[in-house]
Amino acid sequence: MATLNQTTAVGRVQASSSYRMDWFRHNLGRWVSMTFLVVMAILTLMPFIWVVSTSLRTPAQSFTLPPKWIPTDMDFSNYSQVFERIPFWNQIANSFIVTLSVVAGQLITASLAGYAFARLRFRGRNVLFWIVLATMMIPGQATIIPLFIMVSRFFQINDTLYALIVPSLATAFGTFLLRQYFMSIPDDFEEAALVEGANQWQIFRQIYLPLASPGLAILAVLTFNAKWNDYFTPLIFMNTKERFPITLGIVDLQGYMATGSISVVLAGIVLSTLPVIVIYIFGQRYLVEGLMMGGVKG
Amino acid sequence: MGSQVMHLSSPRRRNPVSRWLAADTLQGIQRQRALLGYLFLAPTIIGLLLFIVGPMLGSLALSFYKWNVFRPPEFIGFANFERLFADPRVFTGFKNTFILVVMTVTILEVVAFLLALLVNRLASRTLSTFFRTAYFLPVLLSGASVAVTLGYMFHKDFGVINYYLGFLGIEKIPWLNSSDWVLIAVSLTTVWRNLGFTFIIYLGGISSLPTEVLEAAEVDGAQGWRKITKIVLPLLSPTILFATVTDIIKMLQFFDEPFIMTRGGPGDASRTAVMLLYESGFGNLEFGYGSAIALVLFIVILAVTAFQFVMSRRWVFYR
Repeated sequence: MATLNQTTAVGRVQASSSYRMDWFRHNLGRWVSMTFLVVMAILTLMPFIWVVSTSLRTPAQSFTLPPKWIPTDMDFSNYSQVFERIPFWNQIANSFIVTLSVVAGQLITASLAGYAFARLRFRGRNVLFWIVLATMMIPGQATIIPLFIMVSRFFQINDTLYALIVPSLATAFGTFLLRQYFMSIPDDFEEAALVEGANQWQIFRQIYLPLASPGLAILAVLTFNAKWNDYFTPLIFMNTKERFPITLGIVDLQGYMATGSISVVLAGIVLSTLPVIVIYIFGQRYLVEGLMMGGVKG
Repeated sequence: MGSQVMHLSSPRRRNPVSRWLAADTLQGIQRQRALLGYLFLAPTIIGLLLFIVGPMLGSLALSFYKWNVFRPPEFIGFANFERLFADPRVFTGFKNTFILVVMTVTILEVVAFLLALLVNRLASRTLSTFFRTAYFLPVLLSGASVAVTLGYMFHKDFGVINYYLGFLGIEKIPWLNSSDWVLIAVSLTTVWRNLGFTFIIYLGGISSLPTEVLEAAEVDGAQGWRKITKIVLPLLSPTILFATVTDIIKMLQFFDEPFIMTRGGPGDASRTAVMLLYESGFGNLEFGYGSAIALVLFIVILAVTAFQFVMSRRWVFYR
């Protein structure tokens, strides 16, 4: 800052008299901002450390204060308790089945529709696109009661995994996202492919789809994260414990352990979070990029 | 190219449909692409109509009916809405939601903006990666896990938070058992889970500001607070608008945390709009009344979106 100041007339006058003051202010600012960053990092990380270390405490110790930040008991019995208290394997499998089916389904429907909106010309395209955009503004809660009636009365698939999968297969957000990706790919590829004798399906499948793979990755990780963590929809559609996804299972476990050890509940939380952590490690870039593009809906 | 000539010379060998779609004429290609367009769109359009547009219209229609599972639906005009506006619980629910929105979104925007500003200035790559990862991690968790975990941490007697506040000489706060504190506890919980999301949006916005402008401002003597308020904030206004509106809409649909942490209690102190919708729709099985609440919530969200649209035209500075 001081060097920059010296380049102006005003700065030159001030620099000699208040150089020490400037130096002090500059460094004070740095220390204040660093302290703020560190304190906020401690506050965001603290619950993670507390969950892991408390999940490893013996049940008798789980409530005792002060909390232990470094796990020394290493009591893994809480983890085996999770499997005894709730049908954990069933529930984690349900979460995987639902999440992966929805991710796969959305990738297929949204890449087809995104490609159509971006690259194919046909009558009514703009009207249809506006319909898709408009549905993005409808919050999930606004439609949940009629959806429940539909799913339970007409389709009669409530309390099955289909109730969590089928209504989520089409996605307005994903269609919009992939349309943007397909639009950014130049037309030249198509012309070259036509000369080579490729048909329209081959042009989509073998040329444009692979080029849109960053967009597909963004949609996949966002949908995975949103669907894996969804609590509201299964709360409404599911009744049988064996068919719960793990989000419902954790809350169920908490109720079950209301008078028992919280370490078991926390062990369940650790286990149920592992898949999203793995997704984050591999898909970090796409997740961050996708969230920045405004992907908030699952 | 050779095949084109051959096809053109032997049109007899094809049926009418494939002739109509003939790939080797310009019109044929256009027709093929149009047909393909409708085919490609079909799954998405059908899915959205069936599971979003349809239910939305259904919600609209249902709000004029009195219907539970046991008796057939009965048209009652605006009675649901009259009841809704006179219902003190609905008033409390929407009031709580607005308080939560204002509190949570204010903290989120200010803290996330400051963090993004400071992280963006860090010279060390390692430090910057560490802070970015730390702030972002809670975004990965489900509202359910966060609600359960922070519910334990906010516990009056066994909670870690009161334990450490005790060192500062603060007496045990009944976070979740007092109507004065419960909204603050729920709001802080949500801030914890969503801070990383807002932070990442601001970081993206700040790191894409034009460096020439910032340097020129510094040369002209704009520093510190002046630089932030006069240069950075105006340049960042599209990001601020986007982040704020996204957060407001998200918070208006707030459900998981208060539902799991307090079930809306104590009393109705932490009951939110979506919780009311859930309880009337699926607790009392009043589908009509629940739909009316859903509709009011939808209109509020639509108003916020419209506000964003208007503001982005009038106030936001786009480069």
